[in-house]
Amino acid sequence: MSSIIKATLAALLTSAAFAGTASAELTGDLRIFLDTSNPAPRATMEGMIADFQALNPDLTIETTIIDREAYKTQIRNFLTADAPDVATWYAGNRMLPYVNAGLFDDVSDLWGDEMSADLASTKPSMTIEGKQYGVPYTYYQWGVYYRKDIFDKFGLSEPKTWEEELANCQVLLDNGIKCYTIGTKYLWTAGGWFDYLSLRTHGYEFHMDLTAGKISWEDDRVKEIFAHWRELIDMGAFVDNHTSYSWQEALPFMVKGEAASYLMGNFAVAQLREAGLTDDQLDFYQFPLITEGVPMAEDAPTDTFHIPSQAKNKENARAFLQYVASADVQTAINAGDKLGQLPVNKNSSVDDDKFLQEGFVVLSNSAGLAQFFDRDAPAEMAKAGMEGFQEFMVKPDNLDEILARLEKTRGQVYE
Amino acid sequence: MTDSALADVAALGPKKPWWRRNQQKVTPWLFLAPGILFFLVYVIVPIFQSFQISFLDWDGLGQKEFIGLGNYVELMDDEAFYTSLKNNIIWLTLYLLAVPAGLFIALFLNQTVTGIRLYKSLFFFPFVISQVVVGLVFSWFYDPTFGLMNEFIGLFGLGPIAVLGDERFVTYGIIAAGLWPQTAYCMILYLTGLNAVDPEQIEAARLDGAKGIKMLWYVVLPQLRPATFIAFVVTIIGALRSFDLISIMTQGGPWGSSRVLSFYMYEKSLSEYGFRMGYGAAIAVILFLIMMVFITIFLVKMYRDEKG
Repeated sequence: MSSIIKATLAALLTSAAFAGTASAELTGDLRIFLDTSNPAPRATMEGMIADFQALNPDLTIETTIIDREAYKTQIRNFLTADAPDVATWYAGNRMLPYVNAGLFDDVSDLWGDEMSADLASTKPSMTIEGKQYGVPYTYYQWGVYYRKDIFDKFGLSEPKTWEEELANCQVLLDNGIKCYTIGTKYLWTAGGWFDYLSLRTHGYEFHMDLTAGKISWEDDRVKEIFAHWRELIDMGAFVDNHTSYSWQEALPFMVKGEAASYLMGNFAVAQLREAGLTDDQLDFYQFPLITEGVPMAEDAPTDTFHIPSQAKNKENARAFLQYVASADVQTAINAGDKLGQLPVNKNSSVDDDKFLQEGFVVLSNSAGLAQFFDRDAPAEMAKAGMEGFQEFMVKPDNLDEILARLEKTRGQVYE
Repeated sequence: MTDSALADVAALGPKKPWWRRNQQKVTPWLFLAPGILFFLVYVIVPIFQSFQISFLDWDGLGQKEFIGLGNYVELMDDEAFYTSLKNNIIWLTLYLLAVPAGLFIALFLNQTVTGIRLYKSLFFFPFVISQVVVGLVFSWFYDPTFGLMNEFIGLFGLGPIAVLGDERFVTYGIIAAGLWPQTAYCMILYLTGLNAVDPEQIEAARLDGAKGIKMLWYVVLPQLRPATFIAFVVTIIGALRSFDLISIMTQGGPWGSSRVLSFYMYEKSLSEYGFRMGYGAAIAVILFLIMMVFITIFLVKMYRDEKG
């Protein structure tokens, strides 16, 4: 009799204890590696982790922040040698080598119906062969940032079509102002131009097939893309000597009014504001339509959290990923004074910043989200491609040689 | 005979411990041991590992796949490789200008006037600062819109020239930046060399009526031979491992036209868009073989000099 009571009591106690651990605080360790080394993102992440710590006081969290550039090479070492429980990285093809090498954990179990609905916009870029390997925490739009005061001065309005874009540009050039500033020293800025010309000329599917190596670089459709680009180059639409500048070094042309616009990611806004441009002078428009009937797709590079396969505290890591994916957290970390970007969770609210608001509309109505040329194409293809774009922008006559070279690289990269 | 007799005596006498008997022979090796060990682990073994990796297709993470000479075959058909090789040759040739330039600055500074120490320090200065700083300073100097160089040639109605953004000039622009510290290095070598020039020989030559170029060529230069030799060695090796300036100033651009082999190797194997370890190793092997040619020449020459 008494033994039965004892047993029942014990069972009750254990089940209560179980319920306790499942619903309440986590215990043990959680090691987080971050690449958010710039001051604002760093503070944001530290704040977010502090909040997570407050929710789980018994959890020992150890955060390591690594310089963003150094992180790109160090990740290979720490994933194999001394893996943290959570690590930041990028979506799309950039995570493919680590997934193939079995270094990122499959987290498809987290992507239930709820999360899949909330994070629907980036689910395809987190998915490899039907499984998800991380969760996104932020992304941002690309588009044309322009000097509204200069446009107003010459009576120009935001172009909706390629013809309008070219017409605007001609007016600017006639008045001695370059249409676009760009600095191609580090190549990737040219990748942005290619992405948009490709997405607008033939659409998302074509662009994804091209970056996935399914389409020849010597295909006539690819040449059409470059033909559009060449229209601008022949007009002299881009600033001179852009091969000498980084993207930041190209900003002064726009600030001084020598160039009217900049095809860039939203991160350029902070720099332009710092350089003294007010929100009255600065505005944003979506890259205009080129081919009639092609749905508008955008570049929206997505930053992500992953769990390395060799992590020691995967349960804690999963809880953390779930926390990061939640609407409230994404609202908080993406606020204008924090990351200043867009939350991926569709239930999050967007900061009251005019560029973020506009970007949110653009991305929400997008026909598809590309990650950016160097994240969609495999590393070697991306490097060769962007080098080719840079050369094309200076020597458009070399196009055939450039494309032949890219085609050769394609043959080697995708095998 | 004496040897064996001594050996017999030693064998007969009270046996000394092994350490006592071999002290003289063992000590130098003991002192060399740490050096040899690290040289083996960090230089010799990696060389053979590079050879081995160059036969693999490997991204540094996943499966290694043996592909024989595949990487080398691909390399032979790689435009970027030939660009790098060509640039390496330009570097080798032009970088050697640092030797005569260093010599003339050294001759010029080898006099006793007030403040000569200050002048010497000023000329030596670029060698003291880091290559990264040299690269940055020259990037700003060459900047097509704000740079001093274009301001200057603008005075004559020329320019602007985007030295680092133009495939025709970029390699020469970087070499010019590299020559600045390298000349200072050669100058220091020659300054020390000039201290050792025998004043009596100069005196004797002067009595025989030697002056100017003749004095330099027949009397001074032969005495500077060791300095010249070292200057050549460090300059050639410096040219072949030119990497930091290219990385700082252009990242191999525009469109890869300022790459050299060492930078290309880094790009292919370790940079953000790389991680083809096998291919990178194949480039490293080629670079090693080129360096080997020079190293052998130097070793042979040194050996001959030592022999007399």
